[in-house]
Amino acid sequence: MRALLIRDLRLALRSGGGFGLGLAFFLILAVLVPLGVGAEGGTLGRIAPGILWVGALLACLLSLDRIFALDHEDGSLDLLATSPLPLEGAVAMKALAHWLVTGLPLTLLAPGLGVLLNLAPPAYGWLALSLVLGTPTLSMVGAFGAALTVGLRRGGLLLSLLVLPLYVPTLIFGAEVVRRGAEGMALGTPLALLAAISLGAAALLPFAAAAALRVNLR
Amino acid sequence: MSIWEYANPKKFMQTSAWALPWAVALTVALLVTGLVWGFFFTPDDYKQGSTVKIIYLHVPSAMMAINAWAMMLVASMIWIVRRHHVSALAAKAAAPVGLTFTLIALVTGALWGQPMWGTWWAWDPRLTSFLILCLFYLGYIALWSAIENPDTAADLTSILCLVGSVFALLSRYAVNFWNQGLHQGASLSLDKEENVADVFWLPLLVCIAGFILLFITMVLMRTRTEIRQRRLQALLARERVA
Repeated sequence: MRALLIRDLRLALRSGGGFGLGLAFFLILAVLVPLGVGAEGGTLGRIAPGILWVGALLACLLSLDRIFALDHEDGSLDLLATSPLPLEGAVAMKALAHWLVTGLPLTLLAPGLGVLLNLAPPAYGWLALSLVLGTPTLSMVGAFGAALTVGLRRGGLLLSLLVLPLYVPTLIFGAEVVRRGAEGMALGTPLALLAAISLGAAALLPFAAAAALRVNLR
Repeated sequence: MSIWEYANPKKFMQTSAWALPWAVALTVALLVTGLVWGFFFTPDDYKQGSTVKIIYLHVPSAMMAINAWAMMLVASMIWIVRRHHVSALAAKAAAPVGLTFTLIALVTGALWGQPMWGTWWAWDPRLTSFLILCLFYLGYIALWSAIENPDTAADLTSILCLVGSVFALLSRYAVNFWNQGLHQGASLSLDKEENVADVFWLPLLVCIAGFILLFITMVLMRTRTEIRQRRLQALLARERVA
């Protein structure tokens, strides 16, 4: 499993392109939104939590189809499926690799971009925490969506359509944590629910994704 | 005699051919009775005027939009566990019907909301969950139509339906948490004190029964079409081989 993780990370870092695109997209969004909305009147600070969460989500969405597509094209996915490693484990590792190259950098980048968006000072810690808790779900749900659409030639659009409603709870709770953090309200409930969704997704979705992959590789 | 006999396409076709005319007749009777009664023989509401009559389309279609997804969930599970083709085809047949009910509920809701709330759309928990449900239906139908091999498509959409149901429930409660709404609470429950008055309630009940039968009729018809299509494909394939 570790070998697979390291291989995926190497491929992601050395092939360039795909995964850097997400970060660049996030950066562009955080620079363009203030220009479009205007910096006066505290509007920016009020919408910052939502913008940052939506940006992180869309940036994640950009690289989802790469989770399985490249391996499917060159046939290494078939080798993975026949290897002694359970496919569920392989799926979980691939989702983890995706998180390490998109979710984690996004989390690290987000507080910096919060400055650009006039995010209220108390919210920075909560922004980072909510992204750490929430982005693994984005990767795991994305891996599930990618597993469903891996056999299709132009699965990208379909993938976004399938994954979009699945992202709703994470987005709501994540943005709610940051909003409450910015206003100094109690935020235990959304934080706990966000963590619960992540843990549930990490525990159960590998099985669903592996089942979908088996069907697609049949 | 067990229910699984209907998993045999031949048996299903026979039984549904017998049942279909009855279902159609009953659907038409109930819908005509309920809608005519509701539209012309009930008083206007003292606050809402005639717009209250939208309820006879809005509530039944919203109920069936959710129930259609539940039926697809059951059919998907049967397909995954017992691999009966009729079950997968029934789920496929139900999806566009459910999507239509969802759209009817959204559109009639907007038409009702405009005079009552002063807005076509509000980010209310119920409205938002219906929008999300609409997305789930769209994704499900798109996945069916994107995959060529019918068995692969049935498997993948069933998995999507299972996972989607969990997330749909999650979203339902997440949006409740996120925003308090304009939409009124439940007022048709059997065990509550405050409910809709009987003058509106009885024709509504007939309409709900009519919509349930409408759903059953449409799913039967569409499943029959799917089975015939599958047979046609099998015939064509055999001919190409021969």
